[in-house]
Amino acid sequence: MDLVLSLILQIVYVIANLALISLGLAIIFGMMRVINLAHGEFLMLGGYTVVVATNNGVNLWVAMLILAPLVVGIIGVIVERLLIRWLYGRMVDTLLATWGLSLLFIGIITSIFGASTSTTISPPLGVVTIGEYSSSGYELFLIGVVIALLIAVYCVLKFTTLGLVARGTMQNADMAAALGVSTSRIYMITFGLGAAVSGLAGGLLAPVTGVLPTIGSIYIAKAFITVISGGAAILAGTTSASILLGGINGIVSFLTGPTMGEVALLIAAIVLLRLMPTGITGRFFRKSQ
Amino acid sequence: MRLTGDFRGTVVVAILGVLFTLIAPSVLEFFTILTLTQVIGLAILALSLGLVWGYGGILCFGQTAFFGVGAYSYAVAAVNFGGSTGAILVGVLVAAAFAAILGYFVFYGRVSDVYLAVITLTVALILYSLIRRTSGPEYKIGNALLGGFNGTGAPPINVPGRPDIILFPEHTFYVAMGALILLYLLCGWLVTTHFGRVCVAIRENETRAELLAYDTRAYKLGIFTIGAAVAAVGGIFFSVGVSRVTPDVFSLSQSALTIIWVIVGGRGTLIGPILACFALYYLTGSLGTQQVLNTNLVLGVILIAFVLLVPQGVIPGIAGWLRNRRGKRGDRARERRMRMRRPRGAAVEDEA
Repeated sequence: MDLVLSLILQIVYVIANLALISLGLAIIFGMMRVINLAHGEFLMLGGYTVVVATNNGVNLWVAMLILAPLVVGIIGVIVERLLIRWLYGRMVDTLLATWGLSLLFIGIITSIFGASTSTTISPPLGVVTIGEYSSSGYELFLIGVVIALLIAVYCVLKFTTLGLVARGTMQNADMAAALGVSTSRIYMITFGLGAAVSGLAGGLLAPVTGVLPTIGSIYIAKAFITVISGGAAILAGTTSASILLGGINGIVSFLTGPTMGEVALLIAAIVLLRLMPTGITGRFFRKSQ
Repeated sequence: MRLTGDFRGTVVVAILGVLFTLIAPSVLEFFTILTLTQVIGLAILALSLGLVWGYGGILCFGQTAFFGVGAYSYAVAAVNFGGSTGAILVGVLVAAAFAAILGYFVFYGRVSDVYLAVITLTVALILYSLIRRTSGPEYKIGNALLGGFNGTGAPPINVPGRPDIILFPEHTFYVAMGALILLYLLCGWLVTTHFGRVCVAIRENETRAELLAYDTRAYKLGIFTIGAAVAAVGGIFFSVGVSRVTPDVFSLSQSALTIIWVIVGGRGTLIGPILACFALYYLTGSLGTQQVLNTNLVLGVILIAFVLLVPQGVIPGIAGWLRNRRGKRGDRARERRMRMRRPRGAAVEDEA
């Protein structure tokens, strides 16, 4: 019984982790149909924000929950204004430009902090025991944060004016523009919000994984696969794909070790895309956000 | 952009390549020749992406996956066979089969081009993390240890059928250069054939090609698989040049570099990516010796600058500029002739 409970907790954590690293990417992709290849570097910048802030005596929780999203969100807005907005409608060029941006960020951070791991922060909140098995309290906290984050994004999309306008722009940008919505501003805000969520994710994961200039590449493979398998709907897509792929990853990892878990995740996603090329939400729950 | 390459131009470039091969060993230092073998491997990779992306219009961000799979299969096979003769074939076939399976899922699933880009990149990245974790004696195929992070040794090339006669580095250089030139000619010829023209038509307008009753999925799968086989040859020569294969062949930076060669060299040419590969290899090589500018930083700036400012790439850019100039010169000559025909008084009036 304890084993089952601990295993379920482990799988839920894998799912939550997947949703956390993918959500920022999904927001930008769902709104703007732009796959941001610099997503991993947004996560990395979030992590560095936390490390630098805590080294300068800022409280860890403030650094993770407030500073990381704020800093990366601002960087996101700057990037959108300087780079992305020149490339709307040129999807391939956007991909390439964000890839260039990813290299640029890695280069800048390596120049400033060096190529090796900066001071690591140990995850707070100690250990939780379930019978004879133990689990990290921080993992439980992360699961809670992911659920809260998903609910928050849902509420913003569903109940605020910004959310309404954003959904309108998402469905038909020309029509929204004709009705007097500044789509350019909406895109800027969305990109900034997506970046902020990525920064939050990076900040929250920094105590678990440590920070490196190239740490983005650890996350992006999983994040891309999750977002593409999920399809265009931000929340339904991310959640359903995270549950499916995270579940597969968690179970296979438990049976054979972490390496095969990732491979299983990839194979499952490729087979899934053969069956549903537009992702899960391209076929099911089409009306969802 | 020209629709198909001009095969005469390809032959001329190939002849220049042969001349370079013959002259290089007597002009360059031995060490340069050694590194050149690696760069030739990378240039073959650039050529393969130039074919798949530039002509097939397939946005393969993970071309290095096939490069690396080719290199690893070659190394494993060569250790097990005790010679390179069959191993080269194994390397190429394994990579091509891998591409064919992956390609079946993405092309027959009609995954759109941007998704395809991200999926191929993800495949390369997952292979990277998979191979990195294979350290330890339990991960071996036959006699060959995969070696995890440190990679595995790639045996040198020997005379076909004679495992005891191993080629000297200089001879390996000749073989690699020969392979590059042959593959360049092969790809140059391929894009002028019916198959190549259909691939270009699909790149230009997939729906129209489909309405003309071409099975675009099969053509895309075909050029994707051929490209993977070419990339595998590149991987083999690269690993022989370095005499090791490490997981870095699958890394994100290697994938980025491959894309940058094609962007800088230009889509729609085959020589462009090859030249860009040589040029950028020496640029990053010289950047590595100083500490002020980080290589990634410079590559990022190059990529962004090219996407924003020179999206067609250097070689097509130069070609277009030359065409324009020739056109303008033609216009000027025509104008002069017109003026001479005019009565003298009118010309004076013009000048006044």
